[in-house]
Amino acid sequence: MTTQHVTSSPAHVDRSSGLSPQAVQRIKSFITHVLLLIGVLISIFPFYWMFVMASRTTGDIFQFPPEILPGDRLLENIRNLLASIDIWGSTLNTLIVAVCTTVLVLFFDSIAAFAFAKFEFPGKNVLFIILLATFMIPSQLSTVPSFVIMAQLGWVGTLQALIVPGAVNAFGIFLLRQYAQGAIPSDLLDASRIDGCGFFRQYWNVAVPLLRPALAFLGIFTFINAWNDYFWPLIVLINPDRITLQVALSQLFGLYQTDYSMVMAGAFLAVIPLLVVFFIGARQFLSDLAAGALKQ
Amino acid sequence: MTMTPVAAPPAARPGAAVHAAAGRKRKEYLSLYLAISPFYILFAIFGVFPILFSIYLSFHNWDGIGEMRFVGFAQYTFMLSDPIFWKSILNTFEIWIISTIPMLAIALVLAFMLNQQIRGKSAYRIAYFVPNVTSIVAVAIIFGSIFSNQFGLINWLLQTVGLGTVEWLTTPWGIKVAIAAMVIWRWMGYNALIYLAGLQAIPTELYEAARVDGASWVQVFFRITIPMLRPIILFTVITSTIGGMQLFTEPQVLLGNSGGPGNEGQTMVLYLYQQAFSLNQFGYGAAIGWALFVIMIVFSFINWRLVMGSETRGLRRGVRA
Repeated sequence: MTTQHVTSSPAHVDRSSGLSPQAVQRIKSFITHVLLLIGVLISIFPFYWMFVMASRTTGDIFQFPPEILPGDRLLENIRNLLASIDIWGSTLNTLIVAVCTTVLVLFFDSIAAFAFAKFEFPGKNVLFIILLATFMIPSQLSTVPSFVIMAQLGWVGTLQALIVPGAVNAFGIFLLRQYAQGAIPSDLLDASRIDGCGFFRQYWNVAVPLLRPALAFLGIFTFINAWNDYFWPLIVLINPDRITLQVALSQLFGLYQTDYSMVMAGAFLAVIPLLVVFFIGARQFLSDLAAGALKQ
Repeated sequence: MTMTPVAAPPAARPGAAVHAAAGRKRKEYLSLYLAISPFYILFAIFGVFPILFSIYLSFHNWDGIGEMRFVGFAQYTFMLSDPIFWKSILNTFEIWIISTIPMLAIALVLAFMLNQQIRGKSAYRIAYFVPNVTSIVAVAIIFGSIFSNQFGLINWLLQTVGLGTVEWLTTPWGIKVAIAAMVIWRWMGYNALIYLAGLQAIPTELYEAARVDGASWVQVFFRITIPMLRPIILFTVITSTIGGMQLFTEPQVLLGNSGGPGNEGQTMVLYLYQQAFSLNQFGYGAAIGWALFVIMIVFSFINWRLVMGSETRGLRRGVRA
């Protein structure tokens, strides 16, 4: 985790200045912190700004110089928001889509990954190469025909049009397979086979508990993506009474551009659940993300 | 392969045991195929079939309701002579360049700083990742107000320090800079964390050897860090390319389906969306999808050759030296 580094080594004496190594070290660390904090400020500021606008009147925002501290009108803006659009309905729709997608993805991806990682069967390599090749296909290519299929199925405007196509994906299978190869000892599988466990029992009793850290990462990742998805819901949810939060938010922005503080209150409500989910799993999530990237 | 007594009764002949084992094997194969089948079934319905159908569609004229009319290559020839199609390609590439290059450069510097021995490393990592998990729609709305022409925060800052204001959301470059700023903000920390993981995998002996040789900070960065990170840099360049070519939500929310004044924010995917789902030109939308696919393949290949090609050259130079 902590990497010894040439520039941060106390043994390294700066010859050009007459400062002691400790002083040089302290100055370097101070400058690093200042630069990193500027970066943090840039990363966090838009959220702060969103909160400022959501807690003031639109008049406060549209003045020179603008108000830069939060006000006390957050609840009033949220009340206006509730009167303008069905925010609870769209939040519920989003929650249904995100939870169903996450559960299905975790199940289908992990059981397929387990089969690919720990078993031999005819055609396995060819099937896995096909799976990897599907990464290369941009989803936009199939957008128009997918919409036509949904229309044929009578699913346009329904939530299953979002859930079913996203119920299993190559990314998750690939990620979990890489993880399962190291995390599930073959001896354990042999032992359970002697005990008479079939494939599905082995999956449930042996694989799922051992895959838990990777499943946590994939679960948070899938949930956040499903919550934020915009392109496909915008296309397929044509019924204005049944839309997701992201689509509702963009419609709100289109309709009420003059009432900025209310729109910001909507953005605020759309972002909060995500931040909560992220902060709960942040540490695990970030280390797994990094490990995943290294493998690629 | 161990034989379990369950399947083969004690009195059975060896042939029967082999037979039972083969039966069990077949049953296991069936379970395995069942386990991997959901992906292939869904991919066939929502992947293979749409792709074949989109080839068919791109040779037709169809508004989604009426009769389909076969038009041969007419959609493609129209596309090649459609100035807005070319403009959307140019816009996409311009935004990609002014977002990806600064973004990856900043990310590399951030990662290099985070790799020092400093306090609060995990707090920094969480803070830098937050922009990436937020709703793009919300981000586009917030940036719309920050870059607003009259009362935007950036214009207020520019005025305060004595510079003139910029019409961000109505001028060609203003629009592109505003979109690029969103992309940079959203993906800077993500890429920094990817680079950080790569930096932590570089063996410490290399740095120690460099220190013994008296290498400077800059030499270490360009002679050890960058070459060792090359595969990770390739990964970030490819993912940024794929993401950049598919840019949609930021311009759509900020500027609408036509990409704002003079189509200056019209990207390739936004154009596909506008043609197919706003103007009901399904055949033309499918043709644009294929153009997008070809452009992405060619461009990813060029990127790959650039990054990996310079690696092999670097290795050769290393051997000679």
